[in-house]
Amino acid sequence: MTSDLDQQRGGPRPETDAAPLPPRPGATASDGIRRHGGDPAARGETSGGASRRARHGKGLRGLRRPLGIGIVTLWLSVIVLLPLAALTVAAFDEGLAGFWEAITAPAALASLWVTVLVSAVVALVNAVLGTLVAWVLVRDEFRGKRFVNAVIDLPFALPTIVASIVLLSLYGPNSPIGVELNATRWGLVVALLFVTLPFVVRSVQPVLIEADREVEEAAASLGATTWTTFRRIVLPTLAPAILSGTGLAFARAIGEYGSVVLIGGNIPRETQVASQYIQQQIEIDRPLNAAAVSVALLAIAFVTLLLLRVVSSRSQRREERDA
Amino acid sequence: MRRPSIALAAIAVTATLGLTACAGGGASDTAAGPGTAAADGAATSTINLYAYAVPKVGFDVVIPAFQKTKAGQGVQFQQSYGASGDQSRKVAAGAEADFVNFSVEPDITRLVDAGLVDPNWNANEHKGIPFGSVVTIVVRKGNPKGIKDWDDLLKPGVEVVTPNPFSSGSAKWNLLAPYAAKSNGGVDKAAGLAYVSALVKDHVKVQPKSGREATETFLQGSGDVLLSYENEALFVEKNGDPVEHVTPPTTFKIENPAAVLKGSKNLATATAFNDYLYTPAAQKLLAEAGFRPVDTTVAQEYASKFPAPAKLWTIADLGGWKTVDSTLFKKDVGDIAKIYDQATQ
Repeated sequence: MTSDLDQQRGGPRPETDAAPLPPRPGATASDGIRRHGGDPAARGETSGGASRRARHGKGLRGLRRPLGIGIVTLWLSVIVLLPLAALTVAAFDEGLAGFWEAITAPAALASLWVTVLVSAVVALVNAVLGTLVAWVLVRDEFRGKRFVNAVIDLPFALPTIVASIVLLSLYGPNSPIGVELNATRWGLVVALLFVTLPFVVRSVQPVLIEADREVEEAAASLGATTWTTFRRIVLPTLAPAILSGTGLAFARAIGEYGSVVLIGGNIPRETQVASQYIQQQIEIDRPLNAAAVSVALLAIAFVTLLLLRVVSSRSQRREERDA
Repeated sequence: MRRPSIALAAIAVTATLGLTACAGGGASDTAAGPGTAAADGAATSTINLYAYAVPKVGFDVVIPAFQKTKAGQGVQFQQSYGASGDQSRKVAAGAEADFVNFSVEPDITRLVDAGLVDPNWNANEHKGIPFGSVVTIVVRKGNPKGIKDWDDLLKPGVEVVTPNPFSSGSAKWNLLAPYAAKSNGGVDKAAGLAYVSALVKDHVKVQPKSGREATETFLQGSGDVLLSYENEALFVEKNGDPVEHVTPPTTFKIENPAAVLKGSKNLATATAFNDYLYTPAAQKLLAEAGFRPVDTTVAQEYASKFPAPAKLWTIADLGGWKTVDSTLFKKDVGDIAKIYDQATQ
């Protein structure tokens, strides 16, 4: 994470051409950071960076451009685009009507609804508490701070099924603290909060470290209340980072399987999330239903990431204008 | 201009090599398969066992006993357990298996149709069934809801846990038991289906994929009643879980078939293992593990452990698996399949 912190610079930056990447454990937080203000050199590997350099470059540099684009295209095709295309084709195996029937089956719709609802709650809680955690980690000094800082990343390092067992032993039947959340939507929320904890924290933290505290002091000396300072000075600076972290947390939550598999209960129409529905359809030999719901899930994730980019690029433009 | 084109060629070559390496790796893996297995066969051989989810406790005692026999010396076992239908489809789709044990016969028939199991697999005196059980009702300790018979499951507010019949064999037995009881062995089909419909629509909330998973769900606190194999009930009771089982006066005989794959690389060993299951020694071990033995002498010996219900319907009473599967469980066509789909979609 420290390398990401090093790359981080305050202030607006020109936008990269990099497409939003699907959430990956470990790397996602740094992607989020780069998107709203990384050093251009740090993101030189994107096609946009390459083409920008190539435009000014000559000779060897000029020739690298098509090659680079070619390799990137090939790589993305083999790893991401072709499998996605194959899935989509499978989903439409029985035509549009078959696809429509598969995703509008009440149990399928219910699972998608539960997924989106729970993920939205998780994303919102993350937006608030993740920011708070980042704030405390950056602005407050206390014993064991480095330990806490390390603990934040634990959900990334932990296999998600382990998260499920951990939560089940605390909130499951015969709970040692008397709170039984298994097979409830709250159980799902807790499980997803556990695995999505680092997203907002790790997006906001570096921005907060680089934020200019003198501006806040100036605001305070001009008579602004703490709340006004936070609302008018701090929040606008953090907003893109919070938004990006929240979006990534949401995208991760809608696809989560391992962490909810034991504590969720898998009750259709109540706690069965889309990933569990997909798994179930595979097990009962209905691959079409599984593929159709997967495509729906994919579409939701894609729209989320797209919206995220639109909003964050808008706010960046606004920042640039204000600056 | 030379250097870039060299670089380009180098990358192209590397990429091609990389791709062929991947493809070649896969091919050589399968090609090497028989060779290594044959080499293994000289010293030891490995039986790939694919079974439904609950007989693991049985195989856990039978396999070590088999390894102590002459035929079983040095034989290793690679075991895989899961939902019966799911396991059967995996083997049909090419999973390497030598010996299979499923909950229901149609899961073996699928492999016969795929040309993987000999059509005469059930030619022995026990019709390819090394052990069985009966369908039973598992309730919470002390039977707080007072469940005694099938009708008690339809009382308002009773939640029943039973797996999904599209993946689980246990689920099929569980639904056949009350169906046979209510339809008088299939005579009054409408009455049987009415019961199944009421049960599935109003009392079944979760759809675990296998009998084992249904047990886990029940033990974690879901539901008032678990429909299961008697052997599974005995197993969880022995483990000290706070449950007990009530076998209704009229229930269903469960027959769990086993077969050897005809293309097995360890055909002799796998057949020896399959034969061993029918020996009195193995039958006793299975009985100890809670499975009803098929060997008549052993069955008599354990008669007190496995009380005979007042009426025990069998799959033969309903016309055999072929009829039952096509009329009741076949996807989109079977009556129970349609009821289940309607209730759960």
